[in-house]
Amino acid sequence: MATLFYLAGVLAIIATLLAITRRHAVHALLYLIVSLLAVAVDFYTLGAPFVAALEIMIYAGAIMVLFVFVVMMLNVAEHAMEVERYSLKPSNWFGPALLAFVLLGELVYCTMTSSSAPRAATVGPKQVGTALFGNYWIGVELASLLLTAGLVGAYHLGRQAFAKEETKHAADTNTARHHTGGDLVHAGAGRTDHAA
Amino acid sequence: MLRFLWLVVALPFASATVLALFGSRLGRRLVAFIGAGSIGLAAMVSILIGFSFLSSPPPNNSYTQHLWTWMSTGTFQPEIALYLDPVSLLMLLVITFVSFLIHLYSAEYMQDDEGYARFFAYMNLFVASMLTLILANNLLLLYLGWEGVGLCSFLLIGFWYQEPANVRAAGKAFIVTRFGDTAFAIGLFLLFTKLGTLDIQELMHRASEQWIVGSGVAVAATALLLGGAVGKSAQLPLQTWLPDAMAGPTPTSALIHAATMVTAGVYLIARTHVLFTLAPSIQFTVAIIGAVTMLLAAFSALAQRDMKRVLAYSTISQIGYMFLALGLGAWSAAMFHFMTHAFFKALLFLAAGVVIHAIHEQDLFKMGGLRTELRLAFWSFVIGGSALAGLPLITAGFFSKDLILWQSWAGPNGNIWFWIAGMTGALLTSLYTFRMISLAFYGHQQTHVHAHSGMPVRIALITLCVLSVLGGYVDTPPDYGGVPALSNFLSSVLPPLSVVHPGPITETITALSASTVFALGLALAYLLFGPQRVRVPMKGFLQELWFAGWGFDWLYDKLFVRPFLWVTRKSSKDLADAPIRRLGEIAMLGNRALRYTQTGRVRWYAAGLAMGTVAILAVAFLLR
Amino acid sequence: MFTLGLAGLITRRNLIFTLMSIEIMLNASGLAFIAAGSRWGQPDGQIMFLFIITMAAAEVAIGLAFVLLFHRKQSELDVDAASELRG
Repeated sequence: MATLFYLAGVLAIIATLLAITRRHAVHALLYLIVSLLAVAVDFYTLGAPFVAALEIMIYAGAIMVLFVFVVMMLNVAEHAMEVERYSLKPSNWFGPALLAFVLLGELVYCTMTSSSAPRAATVGPKQVGTALFGNYWIGVELASLLLTAGLVGAYHLGRQAFAKEETKHAADTNTARHHTGGDLVHAGAGRTDHAA
Repeated sequence: MLRFLWLVVALPFASATVLALFGSRLGRRLVAFIGAGSIGLAAMVSILIGFSFLSSPPPNNSYTQHLWTWMSTGTFQPEIALYLDPVSLLMLLVITFVSFLIHLYSAEYMQDDEGYARFFAYMNLFVASMLTLILANNLLLLYLGWEGVGLCSFLLIGFWYQEPANVRAAGKAFIVTRFGDTAFAIGLFLLFTKLGTLDIQELMHRASEQWIVGSGVAVAATALLLGGAVGKSAQLPLQTWLPDAMAGPTPTSALIHAATMVTAGVYLIARTHVLFTLAPSIQFTVAIIGAVTMLLAAFSALAQRDMKRVLAYSTISQIGYMFLALGLGAWSAAMFHFMTHAFFKALLFLAAGVVIHAIHEQDLFKMGGLRTELRLAFWSFVIGGSALAGLPLITAGFFSKDLILWQSWAGPNGNIWFWIAGMTGALLTSLYTFRMISLAFYGHQQTHVHAHSGMPVRIALITLCVLSVLGGYVDTPPDYGGVPALSNFLSSVLPPLSVVHPGPITETITALSASTVFALGLALAYLLFGPQRVRVPMKGFLQELWFAGWGFDWLYDKLFVRPFLWVTRKSSKDLADAPIRRLGEIAMLGNRALRYTQTGRVRWYAAGLAMGTVAILAVAFLLR
Repeated sequence: MFTLGLAGLITRRNLIFTLMSIEIMLNASGLAFIAAGSRWGQPDGQIMFLFIITMAAAEVAIGLAFVLLFHRKQSELDVDAASELRG
């Protein structure tokens, strides 16, 4: 069990490292999904199967998928590649890396004071559920409020973007269709029409 | 009736307050009604009070109305109390009545102005302050009125404040009179310290008991009071502000700088005359100042181009006459001349206002031939000018000036030189007056008349014309069968002058000489400035000198203004200033340095957060 | 992992990557919570993680809507371009 834990941990770290250093957005997202899966394994070894499942379902399954949707819709990767080409030199990484290392050292020092082997006691879903609707039910309510707020906010913001996209598209129909660079934004126009 | 004395002061105060607070919301007619009406009411009350006083004089010929105690600090308890005796009654009547006429005039004259309510508020405040000044029974309250009129003078000279020149003129007036006011204040301190009271009657009583004639303290105190009077009345050496004060509206010039405020100094000296008799050297100085100023100003008036400046210098000169009279001990003569001067000078200023308003021009050499179109103004000028110059027997000015001239020879301080100076002054007065009239009203008409006057203006002018003619008959010399009614009236307060030198220059000879001098001036004016001559301003050194008022402005600039500015410049960067400025500079440096952290970039802020976390954790560990 | 996420946040200029790095950081902190909960054998860690996920979901929703708007305005996703609050 312990080896599985460390293995999954190392995998998670490597995957994250790769994720943040990729140029292509979709590549990075895929690496991130791998990292999340590895972390899910970590959770399982730590005796929390419930959250392991949750991690995969919600985090990797919903949130990352949403990311991928947006990236593909906006076709970010192509444009951003030129921008990132010269901003992702190793010299750029130096400062943040230094900072990260120092912080890492401090955090490790912090946690080293009281370290012990991870216990393999499993805390099952039933226990979690009892605590959730017992002690922490107010958190549940607040979380639902938060989600509602997120829903409304996202809808509102997205709606405006939608309307803008439509007017922009209506204006563009009068100009030349042959936009430079194989602009897939207008390819997305078919999508917006479809969605509208 | 006398107990309504406080109304006279309260009415203008109240109307000033109302106009100041609500004036901009009231209509023109209402503002004029309140503004001029309050003064009119005050005038009516004054007249009733006058009747009451004359018909049944109160005991001791004086009446004091205690209103309340102003402050109470140990031994010093000045009161708000009004004191009425013949002198203050005279001033009260003249001031309220002339002010009323001028307010009536302004109701029409200022009607196109945006600051209509503001104007009346200031004018009413001025009248209230002036009345406080003359009715005060102690010097502290008098000083309050003194400051009040100074303030209103400042406000009114700079009435059209959008013009920087007007503001400068107002500032100059205030600062120059401030010199006088400071002297006055120090004089008050001295008087209080030495005599223990500021109540005027009490003061004079104690002074006459305790001080020896000619003692140092008397000299010092009266010299300081004289300083104050000189500033307010624009005499030498503080006369430089009055010509520039003509930047204000013409009714202001009429009221403040001809009839009332500038005579405050005369009133002060007359009021405290006992103190001045205790310091003969200072009294003599008063006479010298009066005579010299009279001549200087008369010469300057001769060389002016602006109509109002001629009248301003003329005012300075006539107040010189009043000072001369005071210096000679001819107190009631000075008051008499004050009264007649108020009438004809106000008349002249108001008529000048009509002319200026009609042709939008103030330069005499651009005027001419106005007597056909501006008939009322013309006759006002003729009557007022004759009174000023002293047309024999039928104008008020003749009698008052004549009285002064005679007493400049006949009185105990009298002296042939004063008499000659007075005669010369009269000659010059006649000359510059008729020069002004000739240049403005005769000759070829160069300007176009835009407007004519309405009823309020006409009423004011005609009333003043009548007064300028008839006002002199209240005090005619006994030598040719007259009754010195005014002097008799005032004699309870202002002792009449004893005649020391009855001959060879008698009253009659003086009168004849004065008449001759008047005619001479008229003739010269006709010769030099008459309609048939070519009108060009004179050239030459004397002209320049007299035009600039004998160079006093230049002198004061070199003597006082430049050194003062030099000192301020040098001390603006001194040692006490440096640390404070350093603080400011450090703050600016800090600002510039910290600006670089505000890049607006999210990544930078995130990095900042991370760095902060690192730092805090490090500190936490180190302190463990 | 947290520090990795932080480094990524600071370095990357693309907005998507910024959001991604935030997700990494959230995930890392959640991992810490689970570990702590496991250590003491209590469900509280897992509950905390639940809330973290909920919050992350809401945040991602809003954040991506924001990305959309940003894209409409700039037609590229450089986070440095949004530096109008410069001092």
